[in-house]
Amino acid sequence: MVDVTLFIKQLINGFQVGSVYALVALGYTMVYGIVKLINFAHGDFIMVGGYMAVFSIPLLTSAGLPAWLCILLSVVVCALIGFLTEKIAYKPLRGAPSLSVLITAIAMSLFLENLALILFSSAPRSVSNIFHVPPIVFGSVQLTGVSVVTILLSVAIMAGLQLFIKKTRMGKAMRAVSEDGKAAILMGINTNRTISLTFAIGSGLAGVAAVMYCSAYPQVQPYMGSMLGLKAFVAAVLGGIGNIPGAMLGGVLIGLVESMTKGYISTQLADAVVFGILIVVLLVRPAGIFGKNIGEKV
Amino acid sequence: MSVPVLKAENLGITFGGLKAVEGFHVEIEQKELIGLIGPNGAGKTTVFNLLTGVYQPTEGAVYLNGTALIGKKPHQMVAAGIARTFQNIRLFKKMSVLENVKVAFNHNMKYSGLQAILRAPSYWKEEQEIDRKACDLLSVFHMEELAGHVAENLPYGQQRKLEIARALATNPKVLLLDEPAAGMNPTETAELMQAISLIRERFGIAILLIEHDMSLVMNVCERIVVIDYGQIIAHGTPKEIANNPRVIGAYLGE
Amino acid sequence: MKSRKETMRSYVINLIAVVLLFVLMNVGTRTGLLGRYQTGVLMVIFINIILAISLNLTTGFLGQIALGHAGFMSIGAYTAALFVKYIQETVGITLAQKGNVSPAGTGFFLLSLLLAGLVAALFGLLVGVPALRLKGDYLAIITLGFGEIIRTMIEFFSFTGGAQGLNRIPKTATLNVVYIIMVVCVMVMFAFVRSRHGRAIMAIREDDIASEASGIPNTYYKVLAFTFAAFFAGIAGGIYGQYLGILGATDFDFMKSIDILVFVVLGGMGSLTGSIVSAVGLTILPEVLRSLADYRMLIYSVVLVLVMIFKPSGLLGTYEFSLTRLIDRLTGRQKKQPSAAGKGGASE
Repeated sequence: MVDVTLFIKQLINGFQVGSVYALVALGYTMVYGIVKLINFAHGDFIMVGGYMAVFSIPLLTSAGLPAWLCILLSVVVCALIGFLTEKIAYKPLRGAPSLSVLITAIAMSLFLENLALILFSSAPRSVSNIFHVPPIVFGSVQLTGVSVVTILLSVAIMAGLQLFIKKTRMGKAMRAVSEDGKAAILMGINTNRTISLTFAIGSGLAGVAAVMYCSAYPQVQPYMGSMLGLKAFVAAVLGGIGNIPGAMLGGVLIGLVESMTKGYISTQLADAVVFGILIVVLLVRPAGIFGKNIGEKV
Repeated sequence: MSVPVLKAENLGITFGGLKAVEGFHVEIEQKELIGLIGPNGAGKTTVFNLLTGVYQPTEGAVYLNGTALIGKKPHQMVAAGIARTFQNIRLFKKMSVLENVKVAFNHNMKYSGLQAILRAPSYWKEEQEIDRKACDLLSVFHMEELAGHVAENLPYGQQRKLEIARALATNPKVLLLDEPAAGMNPTETAELMQAISLIRERFGIAILLIEHDMSLVMNVCERIVVIDYGQIIAHGTPKEIANNPRVIGAYLGE
Repeated sequence: MKSRKETMRSYVINLIAVVLLFVLMNVGTRTGLLGRYQTGVLMVIFINIILAISLNLTTGFLGQIALGHAGFMSIGAYTAALFVKYIQETVGITLAQKGNVSPAGTGFFLLSLLLAGLVAALFGLLVGVPALRLKGDYLAIITLGFGEIIRTMIEFFSFTGGAQGLNRIPKTATLNVVYIIMVVCVMVMFAFVRSRHGRAIMAIREDDIASEASGIPNTYYKVLAFTFAAFFAGIAGGIYGQYLGILGATDFDFMKSIDILVFVVLGGMGSLTGSIVSAVGLTILPEVLRSLADYRMLIYSVVLVLVMIFKPSGLLGTYEFSLTRLIDRLTGRQKKQPSAAGKGGASE
């Protein structure tokens, strides 16, 4: 059967793209959980990470270092940008109507995209090979090294994140602030620091995702993060926004659905299907797979 | 015996297995003023939410002039004749005092969107009519001078009164007031009580009042219903209530 | 509030201003002061005004962010374009040729806009009924989703020209006709928001629980506002297609929706005159400051953040400009007004 090969190929693709979505969705979900803000600029952090890879890989290789070290630079720069975005644009609006906060988030996204447009022009830049891993062959099925690395790395990161949140002091503080910010302050938790940390970690994950994405689709341009970010956001909503395991599951599901649509229905319709899922989820179960519904008090 | 204006029969609601209100029963005659009291968290506001369609009761029903109101949304309850105010004032903050009242006339107005766009005679006629009616209503509360002010700039006591004026603008048969005197000083409270008696006389409506200020409730209400843990624990005249051991127990916390 | 006589007076004053502008515009085009380039800019301004005021209805007056306005615009654009193309190419009535628009062309142009508005409104209704069950962030996201789906669908189907786009659309949009349509749209919108319907919509924005408790059927009015806004977005799209002569689905992506949102937010959420001013200003500014054109979006984004931090309701807030008030002030007729005079919709 020829179809089995195609199916497995799409499956692996789906898991690979899905891991990237999952990492990005984690950023959305962590930030939403803690400040109830859809960080529209989050997708653009991926673009920032992508440019970091573009510029650092030639330097690394000329210094005789492995190309994958660019991941460190990407994570650090993304974390820093996430941290600054929160401090400069979102913090002054804490407690403001959600309309203002949403518009600010959209504006930050525009800002990053257009800054990149001016600095780097709209022409796509190509990324050189990041992971030099040989493909793995099972009979007629061939797994690219990149997909294996991507999937394994994101599983490792998610496990690490889960441990961090469940076990460490800072992780507990993050959960406390997202549960009830005011009560957390009364308990002596430094909410500002916790929020900053959440932004930094979430954005750092986008940095990892950026490098993974670039290793699969080695092209970087100013608007690359926009659609990628939106789909990852759909993943976060699907899993239940604010819910960390939900974001992981949502990311993988969206990746699989997209990959299968591309493989079996139409490449053009992939985006429409993803947004269709968003609409169905929002209408049928707005709290997502793992979320809980909260009514408004009268 | 005449049909009560408002009757709640065996009203109850369950939230996730927890009975928030159970077997609530009340009958209010025209022009009657009834107090609904109870300790914090007893379910008073939940009763209001049941009576106004914010929550759909899991058992029992609400009757207005003998007609059951089942499955109605809040705006349909208003159209039927049940109006309310809120514990923590909910005004249309950025709109003028006059506009706040005018909004509440909407369901009794007829001109269509097309007639509005074309500025048909019916638009002018109805708009002028409700301008006049809204001003009349404001004057009951001595607020006609404030008509052009933005609602959120009013002092607290005036905001409470505006909310009542807005509720009255819906032309209700029953008015539910949720702690109307909360946060008011004694002078303001006295003024408010005068206004409430005036409304009762002038508009001939029945009033159900949630209030924490016991002396106030005892002074103005003909009858009082006391609830605790979602259930009625006493029902009677102020005098009966004041001497009821269960009520004293509930308030002092047995 | 003002008496009917005073209101009539302000209507007359505004009508005179509208006619005056029309005459000035025609003097400009006849004498050649307004060339091809300038009339093109004017056309874009008129389209943007319609887009901005229509989105203001949902975002400013109803208080809900919709990020799919470009989707409704595209539906109008394609509906109208396919209609006039059909009339010219299949039915064989010449509508526009080499810059000349036949009388039939103008007739069918108007008809196509009506059609564009209605089809867009139908989609507005279809999207609005489910989407408006949500609020705030979620509504923003779901409208964005619908907008993107509309765009991908236009690219997917072949009757819309697919990804290549639609071309050879009869260019039936003429400056004078578009000006009149814009004025009518603005008047209709003003009349609508200053009626019991507009009041109900604003009440929902202020407090949706209180509005429902005041007898306002929230869902009905939310859907009404949304559908109405989609109707006008459709008209704007219809004009756009028949002005340019070509359409592509990418003209109506998420960025276009954001562009329109910027007009509304900067002009003031809940101020129709504010939307008009910002649509005019933000269309002209990048044209005048050509050197800054590349930085346009960057500047917008910074200004947006600053406005949100320092003046969240937009530059004008809900304040409406009034020619009548200006004239009264200049001629000393101004009476002392209570503080709320001039607030959006407060005075007729």
